[in-house]
Amino acid sequence: MKQFIQDLSEKNHHQATRLLQILRAIQSRYHYVPADAIEQLAGLLNKPRTQIISVVEFYSFFHLQPKGQFEILISDSITDHMLGKINLTSYLARQLKVAVGEVREDGIVSLDNTSCTGMCDQGPAGLVNGYALTRLDRARIDVITDLINQQKPLAAWPVELFHIEDNIHKPGLLLKQQINQGAALNVAFKRGLKETLAEIDKSGLRGRGGAGFKTAMKWQFCSEEAQSERYVVCNADEGEPGTFKDRVLLNSFAHQVFEGMTLCAAIIGAQKGFLYLRGEYLYLYDQLQCILDERRKAGLLGIDILGQGLNFDIEICMGAGAYICGEESALIESLEGKPGIPRNRPPYPVTQGYLGKPTVVNNVETFLAAAAIAVNGGDWFASVGTAKSKGTKILSISGDCARPGIYEYPFGTTIETVLMDCGAANVMGVQVGGPSGTFISNQEFDRKLAFEDLATGGSFIIFDESRNILDMVNNFTHFFAHESCGFCTPCRVGTSLLKKQFDKIVEGHGSAGDVAALEELCQVIKGYSHCGLGQTAANPVLTTLERYPELYQDKLKKISYEPGFDLDGALEIARRMANRTDAGAHLTQVGEDHE
Amino acid sequence: MSKTITIDSKMIPFQEGQTIMEAATAAGVYIPHLCHHPEFTPHGSCKLCTVNVNGRGCTACTYPAIDGQEILNETKELNDDRRKITQMLFVEGNHLCPGCEKSGNCQLQAVGYYLNMLDNHFAHFFARRDLDASHPDVLIDRNRCIFCTLCVRASREKDGKDVFAISGRGINKQLVFNSESGQLKDTGLGVNDQAAHICPTGAILIKRTGFTVPIGERRFDHNDIAETGLEQEHSDHG
Ligand SMILES: Cc1cc2nc3c(=O)[nH]c(=O)nc-3n(C[C@H](O)[C@H](O)[C@H](O)COP(=O)(O)O)c2cc1C
Ligand code: SF4
Ligand code: FES
Repeated sequence: MKQFIQDLSEKNHHQATRLLQILRAIQSRYHYVPADAIEQLAGLLNKPRTQIISVVEFYSFFHLQPKGQFEILISDSITDHMLGKINLTSYLARQLKVAVGEVREDGIVSLDNTSCTGMCDQGPAGLVNGYALTRLDRARIDVITDLINQQKPLAAWPVELFHIEDNIHKPGLLLKQQINQGAALNVAFKRGLKETLAEIDKSGLRGRGGAGFKTAMKWQFCSEEAQSERYVVCNADEGEPGTFKDRVLLNSFAHQVFEGMTLCAAIIGAQKGFLYLRGEYLYLYDQLQCILDERRKAGLLGIDILGQGLNFDIEICMGAGAYICGEESALIESLEGKPGIPRNRPPYPVTQGYLGKPTVVNNVETFLAAAAIAVNGGDWFASVGTAKSKGTKILSISGDCARPGIYEYPFGTTIETVLMDCGAANVMGVQVGGPSGTFISNQEFDRKLAFEDLATGGSFIIFDESRNILDMVNNFTHFFAHESCGFCTPCRVGTSLLKKQFDKIVEGHGSAGDVAALEELCQVIKGYSHCGLGQTAANPVLTTLERYPELYQDKLKKISYEPGFDLDGALEIARRMANRTDAGAHLTQVGEDHE
Repeated sequence: MSKTITIDSKMIPFQEGQTIMEAATAAGVYIPHLCHHPEFTPHGSCKLCTVNVNGRGCTACTYPAIDGQEILNETKELNDDRRKITQMLFVEGNHLCPGCEKSGNCQLQAVGYYLNMLDNHFAHFFARRDLDASHPDVLIDRNRCIFCTLCVRASREKDGKDVFAISGRGINKQLVFNSESGQLKDTGLGVNDQAAHICPTGAILIKRTGFTVPIGERRFDHNDIAETGLEQEHSDHG
């Protein structure tokens, strides 16, 4: 191991910023990060061991204790649940003879859950040693079980297990036609970089990752910073459950995305760019590297791009299982080899980002659109959409519909239209924008996709009348508690309290004041959290409580107070010790008897 | 004309580069806080110092003072929510004030008094947290840690040692020590390090100094933290 780590560190030039990439390699090889490896790295990277440990313990895909040689993770997105994930996981556990959350005794295989893997259109999904598995069913599980028991290396597994469809069902302005390689850069250099920025400004393009900040303005701010070193970062963390459009863009439109990044570099004056790719998309890594190589060979990346004196290159950095790293400042921390904890603002990344230098962070789709706008002009884009939301939005549609997949719509399109196109029937409601977005009921389908109405990073999950809304809220609420980075009190403690309080009500232990207490807790989390994760973590409860208060009220017991714990259950140890099972050794929860 | 902000209608001058907290403290205005300490890089994590700046919530300890800001600090809404945030800290760890050596000197307890916190309100986590008594002079009880990172910052910024770090994610955070064994005795921590004396709660205690000041005569026993806190910080400033 010593030699492996030595070589690994050397390959990464002993740079502490490369820590995540180094730890990924160690985890992949040993299926955990051994204490000795941490000691050695602390020396090689000249970083306190505690800071390495805190990185290992922050990311879901790193472990201090050994996992199986085959690490299996099953996606826990609500859509996986809707596709029968629970039964399937039990089946898998039985077949493999390993409990969820455990490593099998022989150390060959371990099984656990993981947050949404971005395969909601082809779930139930999972990961084996980081590689995506799709459309899991019993037949596939039988095959996988055999392969594991025979200890077949992944390279020898049938490729169809790893096959991933794009599922583009409705291409629009952007997806209908890719730009030619180099077209955006050629046009930009010919037209002039300032003029090209003006076109992007004219297009009205706003960020596609969620917040909707004007892209041209972000680039302008960054270019005006006095520093000479600047960075371009493409946010491909795509962790919002139900979102998978960036996966498709990087699979089939990567040239254009990289071109958008290079265009940004030319405009703001950056020499270095990063693609921060979520760990779940490991299967894209090699092909993306090939595309970068092609671009270097074609003179579209590297030294003196297109003979215009622009030097710029792109490095791919992989995440390791942390939704919070989609938040731009957490992402930058992660790129620097640290836990993904959002920074205080100001300063914003455009003034102090990666290594404290001015940095533009944009979503994959934003770069894709910027490249197309450079070629086709601002008016081409601005002529589509609404006054405040120009252009189109690419949606990732999943849940109860005939054709889950990728759909591109002009802003201003109604939910009704979208539901018709994807073949959804008897719809009860739609979660627009993922767990952090809004749940809308079937009374609101005339509402529109737009920043001024229903803003969305692209997640669009459909629920039909057969679904239980509280199951969805339960899944989302647990998701946020699991993904909270833990930096600030309201989110760290609040999301876990929210989970408890919600469970208490849903499990039938709630009483009169408990829904009010739930809402009150939501307001503290929403109002006081440090970043967007905490600020939106209560949305699933708040948006459903607003629409279906009776769902919550009906769960309450008709008593004024109910303890948060099970009185009778708490006596179990005492009963065992006293060897008693008689009625006198049992307690009922307060009050119920006296109704 | 010097620049000013207003806090609860009171005009407060400030110097360029000061945070709202710094400007307020210099003017004798108390803003509740736990993770902030004037001598260390602001952290902005406890969220107790949240004030309303021109209608928006901001942490006073990290947010820059800007000319003309209208700030609300002592409002019922803010203090009600600050109380809930304090209660969150109480239920997250295991804080048993009557048996704690820090009682009366503890800022968490004092902030609880100040905000009129009469119960814990939320369900307890009863988290299992370990104690480290291995060091000859310093005891660490993780049950009382509120993740303010003051010890982390003090060790790094003042003692130049990096003895502490917060590890883990979400509710599963814990304070870890920089030694191969993971034990405090094998770190470079010295009893005179600032890091050993900075803890706002009773998580870091110096051995053999317990109860030298009797309960009843301690820092917050007779004065609330709004007065003593400010005096202390002024004197800390020198
Ligand atoms: C918890 C959280 C997760 C986020 N995840 C993503 C993400 O996966 N992809 C993304 O582009 N933006 C994400 N964002 C938004 C980013 O912080 C940032 O606004 C965005 O990358 C900027 O790019 P844009 O202007 O092109 O949208 C997230 C924000 C938060 C608070
Ligand atoms: S809101 Fe949550 S995720 Fe964001 S900084 Fe606070 S604890 Fe971390
Ligand atoms: S004192 Fe400002 S956030 Fe803790």
